[in-house]
Amino acid sequence: MALFRRSKKQTTPNDGEATPTEPTQQRTPDDSTADSGSLWTRVRQGLKKTRDVLRTDIRDIFKSEGQLVDEEFLNRLFAILVKTDMGARPAAEIRDNIESKFSGRVIEFEEALAEIRNHLKDILAQPPQPVRFADSGPTVILVVGVNGSGKTTSIAKLTNYFQSQGKKVVLGAADTFRAAAVEQLIIWSERLGAEIVTGEANSDPASVAHRTVATALEQNADICIVDTAGRLQTQTNLMKQLEKIFRVMSKQIPDAPHEVFLVLDATAGQNGVSQAKGFSEAANCTGIILSKLDGTAKGGVIIPIRQEFEIPVLFVGQGEQAEDLAQFDADAFVSGLIEEEVS
Amino acid sequence: MFDRLSEGLQGAIKSLSGKGRLTEANMREGLKQVEQSLLEADVSYDVVQSFMANVTEQALGEKVLLSLDPSEQVIGIVRDELVEILGKEDSALSLDHDVNVIMLCGLQGSGKTTTTGKLARLIRESGGKPMLVAADLQRAAAVQQLHVLGEQLGIPVYSEADSTDPVKVCQNGVKKAKENDANVVILDTAGRLAIDEELMAQLVNIDRKVQPHQVFLVVDGMTGQDAVNSAKAFNEALELDGVIMTKLDGDARGGALLSVKSVTGVPIKFIGTGEHLDSLEPFRPEGMAGRILGLGDILGLVDVARQVVDEKQQAELEEKLQKGKFTLDDFKNQLASMAQPGLVKRMLGMLGGPMAQMNQMLEDEETEGGIRRTVGIINSMTLEERRDPTVISGSRRNRIAQGAGVQGNEVTQLIKQYEQMKPMMEGMAGKGMRERLKAVRDLHDSAMTNPLGGVQRTKKSTGTRLSSKDKRNNRKEREKLLKQTRRRRR
Repeated sequence: MALFRRSKKQTTPNDGEATPTEPTQQRTPDDSTADSGSLWTRVRQGLKKTRDVLRTDIRDIFKSEGQLVDEEFLNRLFAILVKTDMGARPAAEIRDNIESKFSGRVIEFEEALAEIRNHLKDILAQPPQPVRFADSGPTVILVVGVNGSGKTTSIAKLTNYFQSQGKKVVLGAADTFRAAAVEQLIIWSERLGAEIVTGEANSDPASVAHRTVATALEQNADICIVDTAGRLQTQTNLMKQLEKIFRVMSKQIPDAPHEVFLVLDATAGQNGVSQAKGFSEAANCTGIILSKLDGTAKGGVIIPIRQEFEIPVLFVGQGEQAEDLAQFDADAFVSGLIEEEVS
Repeated sequence: MFDRLSEGLQGAIKSLSGKGRLTEANMREGLKQVEQSLLEADVSYDVVQSFMANVTEQALGEKVLLSLDPSEQVIGIVRDELVEILGKEDSALSLDHDVNVIMLCGLQGSGKTTTTGKLARLIRESGGKPMLVAADLQRAAAVQQLHVLGEQLGIPVYSEADSTDPVKVCQNGVKKAKENDANVVILDTAGRLAIDEELMAQLVNIDRKVQPHQVFLVVDGMTGQDAVNSAKAFNEALELDGVIMTKLDGDARGGALLSVKSVTGVPIKFIGTGEHLDSLEPFRPEGMAGRILGLGDILGLVDVARQVVDEKQQAELEEKLQKGKFTLDDFKNQLASMAQPGLVKRMLGMLGGPMAQMNQMLEDEETEGGIRRTVGIINSMTLEERRDPTVISGSRRNRIAQGAGVQGNEVTQLIKQYEQMKPMMEGMAGKGMRERLKAVRDLHDSAMTNPLGGVQRTKKSTGTRLSSKDKRNNRKEREKLLKQTRRRRR
């Protein structure tokens, strides 16, 4: 759908392009600081495709003169919400909410939008979540996720993020299973100039994790990020392997790992909920990195995840470059997702 | 999930038993459950809508409303419709050129490189001579990954160091095929977003200049609503010849496949069901329909079982079962053929629903170790005991336990297991697929209600069931009723 809109936009370049971006730039606090400005432009660009789809479609329903809230209206609203991958249940909740408030009335575009936005903000509300650093010594971060979710690329982005804060990062390539996964992280470590600890193919990932933490302690590094092999949350043996990695880490630093990040593919559908469940049970994950948000996928699955679990979303990834990572901000995310046009 | 779906359907249709006839209203309520289930399986919203429109029309027909088991009928209709949309089984790779070129494309992280390896292995198994071309110059170490896979499989890989032009790499790779004595060339392209115009143009360029005979789209089984957008874009750019869905070894229900098929119309070729290079299976619509509905893949199970069990042995067993002679020896043979690494897990996974969850409780080693123990116990029995375990007394039991190096109660337990299994196995023999499915479902249910107690004894005929005459009469009765309502409606 976004594709279609894009091509449409090219033919009529002035069609609502300039107006929506300007107010947000003023509203987003991060924009005032120079270094995160480009970051937020990127987030907004990533979200823009989603926003375009959502906004335009809703505008189709809520004509400027308002529209009767009837079954057809609600069905179309439901369709739009479901297409964000938030899942049938949360979408139905929102639809019913709108129905109970406005049934039989003629309502304005702004009114329903504000309603939906508030609802989503309630769900996604989380206290500001910076990375929890260790009180002293290196902060150990374990990165987990299903196959192909973007763990290794996300680690490169995290490395870049911490390095830009002047921190020294040591990487551990504990994905000893997938062919050339270690090489992939080595290439990134060379590009970013970070220390890396590797292991032989098919060797015990726990031993790599052990040596990574040891190296971080030895070199007095600030951050230690350990990559793991992709695994499906249903693979009990592999999930147990994570527990072993945990044990090995906590033997050297009692609180380690300080953070366990689950990398979640934004194109994932309802299986994302199962992933969040599986990984939080087995790996006690403390945060989510929502990757691949630069496509047409909307990443709406974090809505049911936030409804069911306490895991906060920390970062969003949108691109293949090391700097394509932004801190997650619930308000900005929702405002970006469905944004009104102040006309 | 199946339980939730069928429970919901039954709940909605319950009034039938109490208040006479099933109405359109509660049928619609039941169909809502189907819709919800499909959306939860990540089938695209628009596809669900047109699908439901079709199914609703059929489900509201008189035949269903008047049938004895409407919820079963509805599930049947839904499944048939799903199978219909998913298309025929079509995993044949027409490799009739001197050098056949196959190109794989897809989003980042969908599993293209691993699938390239799996596909090459499959082609070699069926007598082809594959060669791989590493055209993913985007992702770090993607080329190395393909080389490692090629080495593991003993299949040549073509790549160019420091090249930045995937079109060139593909062209040169295809030229090198003859040198490498290969007749199939598989191009592993870089992952790209469908909206990335530059990279899509590059893909089109490869397509134009290399002219692959077949282009397959690799789709992640966990994909959500976005599957429609990307599949459409790839299909418009490249004219796809087939779809391969990956990562179906987890609990994703793979509804995206239905979306992709509806949007592109191209056949679904294979599904990836594991991390190892041998886990690429031909696509079967029945199995996938069951999975999307959460019903499990029973035919796939039969298929795997067939691969495992020696056919001659199977025919002999069938004969014995029909005569009602299922002995401990047969039990042993059945078990022994199952003591393969990973097999039990794979089969349980295919059952879907609660059985697939049992999978999580079972550790490979434990299950298969258990089978070996059982086989050991049976081996310690005399021929007489194997034929008729009722002769096993306390002292015989102790002798067997000693011989197998197990505790006495394990022997008792095994005999109990066998006693439970016997009527079921015999009941299944010589029956058509439908009856077998039912038997497996009974097994399903009994395991559900009593997960720790093992398989429950299945009931044998009590002699009070409907005779064929009764059934005939009932059928007449139903048809009469059907005619009456028709007349009434007119």
